[in-house]
Amino acid sequence: MSEGANNTAEPSSATAPPVLRGPGRLRRSAVALGFLAPAIVSLGVWVVYPTIATIIRSFYNAAGDRFVGIDNYKALFTTSVLTTAIKNNAIWVAVVPAVVTSIGLVLAVLTERVSWRVVFRTVVFMPMAISLFSAGVIWRVMDQQDPNVGAINAGVNVVRSAFVSGGPLTQAQSSTALATGSISHGFTLKTPLHPGTVARLGLTAIPPREIPKRAKQAVLPKPVKGEIAGVVWRDFSPRGGKPGRVDPGELGIPGATVILHNSAGASVATQTTAGNGDFAFSSVKPGTYRVEVGPQTFTVPYTGVAWLGSSLITGAIIVAYIWIWTGFAMVVIAAGLSAISREVLEAARTDGATEWQVFRRVTIPMLGPVLAVVFVTMVIYVLKVFDIVLSIAPGSVQDSANVIALAMWRTAFGGVNDFGLGSAIATFLFVLVIPVLALNVRRFRREV
Amino acid sequence: MVLTGVGVVAVGLALIAAACGGGGKKATTTGAASVSGSISVEAVWSGAEQASFKAVLNGFMAKYPNVSVSYKSDGDQLPTVLATEVSGGNPPDLAVVPQPGLMKQFVQKGALKPIDFAKPTIQQHYAPVWIDLGTVSGKLYGIVFKGANKSTGWYNVQLSNAAGVTPPKAWTALLSGAKKLQASGTKAYSIGGADGWTLTDLFENIFLRQAGPADYDLLTQHNMKWTSAPVKKALSTMAQVFGDTSNIAGGTQGALLTDFPTSVTNVFGNPPKAAIVFEGDFVEGTITSSTKAKPATNFNEFAFPSVDGKGADYVMGGGDTVVMFRNSAAARALIDYLATPQAAEIWAKRGGFSSPNKDVKASVYPDPIQRRMALALATAPVFRFDMSDQAPAAFGATVGQGEWKILQDFLKNPKNVNGIAAQLEASATKAYGH
Repeated sequence: MSEGANNTAEPSSATAPPVLRGPGRLRRSAVALGFLAPAIVSLGVWVVYPTIATIIRSFYNAAGDRFVGIDNYKALFTTSVLTTAIKNNAIWVAVVPAVVTSIGLVLAVLTERVSWRVVFRTVVFMPMAISLFSAGVIWRVMDQQDPNVGAINAGVNVVRSAFVSGGPLTQAQSSTALATGSISHGFTLKTPLHPGTVARLGLTAIPPREIPKRAKQAVLPKPVKGEIAGVVWRDFSPRGGKPGRVDPGELGIPGATVILHNSAGASVATQTTAGNGDFAFSSVKPGTYRVEVGPQTFTVPYTGVAWLGSSLITGAIIVAYIWIWTGFAMVVIAAGLSAISREVLEAARTDGATEWQVFRRVTIPMLGPVLAVVFVTMVIYVLKVFDIVLSIAPGSVQDSANVIALAMWRTAFGGVNDFGLGSAIATFLFVLVIPVLALNVRRFRREV
Repeated sequence: MVLTGVGVVAVGLALIAAACGGGGKKATTTGAASVSGSISVEAVWSGAEQASFKAVLNGFMAKYPNVSVSYKSDGDQLPTVLATEVSGGNPPDLAVVPQPGLMKQFVQKGALKPIDFAKPTIQQHYAPVWIDLGTVSGKLYGIVFKGANKSTGWYNVQLSNAAGVTPPKAWTALLSGAKKLQASGTKAYSIGGADGWTLTDLFENIFLRQAGPADYDLLTQHNMKWTSAPVKKALSTMAQVFGDTSNIAGGTQGALLTDFPTSVTNVFGNPPKAAIVFEGDFVEGTITSSTKAKPATNFNEFAFPSVDGKGADYVMGGGDTVVMFRNSAAARALIDYLATPQAAEIWAKRGGFSSPNKDVKASVYPDPIQRRMALALATAPVFRFDMSDQAPAAFGATVGQGEWKILQDFLKNPKNVNGIAAQLEASATKAYGH
């Protein structure tokens, strides 16, 4: 809209002769006005009037029928949801423009002299081609906690599983209170055993799909003199059955690691269970022992990092946002870079400057105006960031991810429909953006 | 042009019918033909629901050949769109609003016209509770066309068979079944905690049964405190599920990040992550659109269990209410038509529809699951509208605040019954203004 205004305004003023007499001048003004009218009308209807109406509305209550003075502005700075939004916006402004500008600068400089820079820059610039909302949807899926869904946690899982290996089961519980423990520490029978006794290590909460194929009906071994025998089995039957008892239909767990500990707690022997889940430690010396289903039996599943949880959410969204905007920064800075006179750089090198010194003392200062444009543009965009937060943050964490523009939308249109407070938030955001805009406008004027 | 042509033919047929028919028939047919004009309807329905509603409207236009009805979907933004149109003096003739609170707001603004003219038809086909729902200060303003039965639970049939559990009839059976499911190697519950409304629905189902409909009405109007004993008791009952954290898909953290569609695919996807999910009749749509599960063999439904032995056949639900902004013969005819079983049967046949109209034939529902849910809704001895939908939006229907947010905090920390009750009371007092 503002571009249109400039286009219609400039030709008439540029072609206007310096001095005009009576009627001609009037006619010229009328012509100018005629050309300006569409822009003025649309600016008035779509920009000026709504701005003023919003400011006035911000001094009224939710229904708009009572003047409440600055109450809405008081609420803006005292409601915790809104102060979180302001705090988050501060984080955004502090982090994003600086990071985007620096990464853009580094990428632009590094790729300047490689032959495949066009390909590289195209790839980095590509995210700009999709809307922020769809980018948000993509990242929301990538950030999912479940490693089967979220790409990032899947990647972490691949790296992790290269280091962690384990047994056939990923989950289990002791079927009775006779044994304690967990899958990461193993399950140990509470009662000490003597040679000639039998250990019952019942486990439940094992999904049918994890039972090894070679599993057979569990069998409780007979006690043998000088031997500690026992069985590890899935102590669950859909037809019922008593916990702690080996019932028909309950399968042994083959491949479980069973560890025999002496009274001092040291491990003295290890066995692996057979198809029916039984094991036996033979020729055990007299004494008391404890039997454990070792943690080697289990693979502790990777549950994933909660990128979308309330503590990491703002960081996760910022990463997505940087991913999108880095390409823009890189392309603009690269354009500025190609405009730098080669001679200055060569002169610096001839004078013995290292590449780092050239970059630090020549390239950056000469790029100053371009960097400033990128930085200021990013500040403005980040102040009014909205759609990507809405699309990445799940409903339950939107409070933690809140930013001013989102808070405005949620207050005014999110169900409560408090247009008074919503207008106050919008006005506050407007006031925040003004100085940055003024800075930008001044620069444009200087450049023209 | 085509439409007019059809209209002319239809009028011609109607005249022939009138000429040939007997006395009573003659009166109605000419009555239908004498109504003319074009009216507009707005609702939230889009996609398949929009197609089904248009089929209903076509049924109306076949009966009233000189009336043309245009339909516009406002989607989830319907309250905002309607409010804007009303303030701009340009509302549609009719609208179908999902929240009774919105209907009351429009009545207070003087934007709605009473529909008492349709009372004879409505009284004939609807249970009194539905008429009460549409009545504001003695006048009838709305009638529920499409109901929603939210007193339903959905379970993975294979997982339940593997664990040897059957659908629970009582809350205690649900809890013991959940233990058994866990022992069989699956989590019992999938909870869509990222969407606060799934939690309010669970609370309302428990509260309606445990405390009874009278207390439910008191709490709905906030004439009972959220810190009172029945509320705390219901919260403690709810905590028996929320507190069983090792039995919830993804644990507490995971549940808070699970939105409603995911809570459904958790149970019926491959591999399933849990065996049971509680939500209304619309779950079936999510199952059939997002998973390969088949009715009866893979998924099935059960009525929300009785709590403390009460309320096995109570239904908590919702409904889309037809209201009238502009009074005209055509608009009145459409409202009257929508209250008839014939109108409801058109959509019921197409599926995804529970009619509160008790005269809709059970045989028109496409499968036993939909039939049971719809009949339970239309014949429930106690039906109550979703409490949070009747509360001020700031308390009952806003992401990140009020009941939605506080029950999410409760899911996070189910031991904090007293603290949660106090927070709910404070938030409700602020939103209700009393």
